Amino acid sequence: MSADTDRTSGRSSLPDSQPVIEFRHAGYKLPNGRVLLHDLNLAVQRGETLVLLGRSGAGKSTALKLINRMLEPSEGAVLVEGRSTLERDPIELRRRIGYVIQEVGLFPHFTVEQNISLVPRLEHWPEERIRARVAELLQLVSLDQQEFVRRYPHQLSGGQRQRVGVARALAADPPILLMDEPFGALDPLTRAEVQCEFQELQRRLQKTIVIVTHHVAEALLLGDRIGVIDAGALVGLYTPKDFMSATEPVTAAYTANVRMFEKLEGPG
Amino acid sequence: MNLLEYFARHHREILQATLEHVWLVGIAMLLAVAVGVPLGVLVARRPWLAKPILGGANIAETIPSLALFGFLLPVPWLGDRAERIAIAALALYALLPIIRNTAAGISGVDAAIRDAARGMGMTDRQILLQVELPLSFSTMLAGIRVATVLTVGIATIAAAVGAGGLGEFIFRGLAMVNNQLILAGAIPAALLALVADFLLGVCERRWQPARS
Repeated sequence: MSADTDRTSGRSSLPDSQPVIEFRHAGYKLPNGRVLLHDLNLAVQRGETLVLLGRSGAGKSTALKLINRMLEPSEGAVLVEGRSTLERDPIELRRRIGYVIQEVGLFPHFTVEQNISLVPRLEHWPEERIRARVAELLQLVSLDQQEFVRRYPHQLSGGQRQRVGVARALAADPPILLMDEPFGALDPLTRAEVQCEFQELQRRLQKTIVIVTHHVAEALLLGDRIGVIDAGALVGLYTPKDFMSATEPVTAAYTANVRMFEKLEGPG
Repeated sequence: MNLLEYFARHHREILQATLEHVWLVGIAMLLAVAVGVPLGVLVARRPWLAKPILGGANIAETIPSLALFGFLLPVPWLGDRAERIAIAALALYALLPIIRNTAAGISGVDAAIRDAARGMGMTDRQILLQVELPLSFSTMLAGIRVATVLTVGIATIAAAVGAGGLGEFIFRGLAMVNNQLILAGAIPAALLALVADFLLGVCERRWQPARS
């Protein structure tokens, strides 16, 4: 992918200092009054990868869905590229934001090619451009084009499905990528493999990425910054280096967990 | 005179009645699908409409068919011609399985797939037409299959209001206490139901979505 396409589709006229995604006292509660997320203040800079770490049900997926307006904040505001999500057309907004979920959500009745080209087709790209883009993306996620374009999702392994999911999210070259437990359904070895590939991809594409996970190792590997979310609130925000020396109790519980494994690997 | 001879001698009339029968059922099914599928979508999309719609279709199902044909007689336009009454009544009977299976098919689409579709910026309409309906197609077909078999049977009663079809033989046979006549209507009707069941079953399996 050339830097040019990045500039035309991704970079808007915003000054570089302005965050691409910003939560301002953002919160979300269910119609029944249960608060899932409260007073979240957080800014994600251009080209940065932010990892939201927390237990299941802590509110991290809720935060993610506020960004592409799958949910609307019940308090405060969420700004994407300087504008409140509520001011933007949700369809148009979502097409500028890649979205990868744990279960992948590939369409079982679509081939790999049709799955990947979904957003370009919705955007009425010309056929040759779509074909070229699919080839480019398959190469990007290390899948052989000849072998895979005509296959259906059920003919792929878990890791291959995940790669197709990432390719699909990147198809229209969105400036922002949201990933909800993207590697959660994979076995540990495949996960490590796909994570490393993704790290490489990150370096090359320079997207603004928000990843939700409950794996500390994944957070440390992929995040430029790590936000720890617990019971609907952000309890800490760290660089991977600071993370290991944090004293905040929830974060400390995570680091203790990491150290336990390090001890197993230590000289013995 | 045995049954085979009877069939051989009257094959023209039997064929004629069979075609009438197929025509009645075919038009009724087209109508029922055209109405039932959108209603099924509505049931899946708007849970508060599920009760009234399914309830209504359920009530239609419980009306004895002979009575339903009678009820429709005084309806303007519909009552002018026997075939119209027959087709309307048959379509009404076919509705319930079609509505129910369409709704079940759509509700059965994996939440992750719907979530991904929404997250990628598909409109509700695109999600329905490109994702939900194609993925529920085989479930919908199963409903259409049940409805068709049902309708082939009920259509024999349409002869009571003079709409023709294989029921003609059955009613005439009953009136004349002639078993051959009854069988001349009943056997082709049964075969018709079996053929419809088989063909739609083949379609259903062919459109089965691949499981991941």
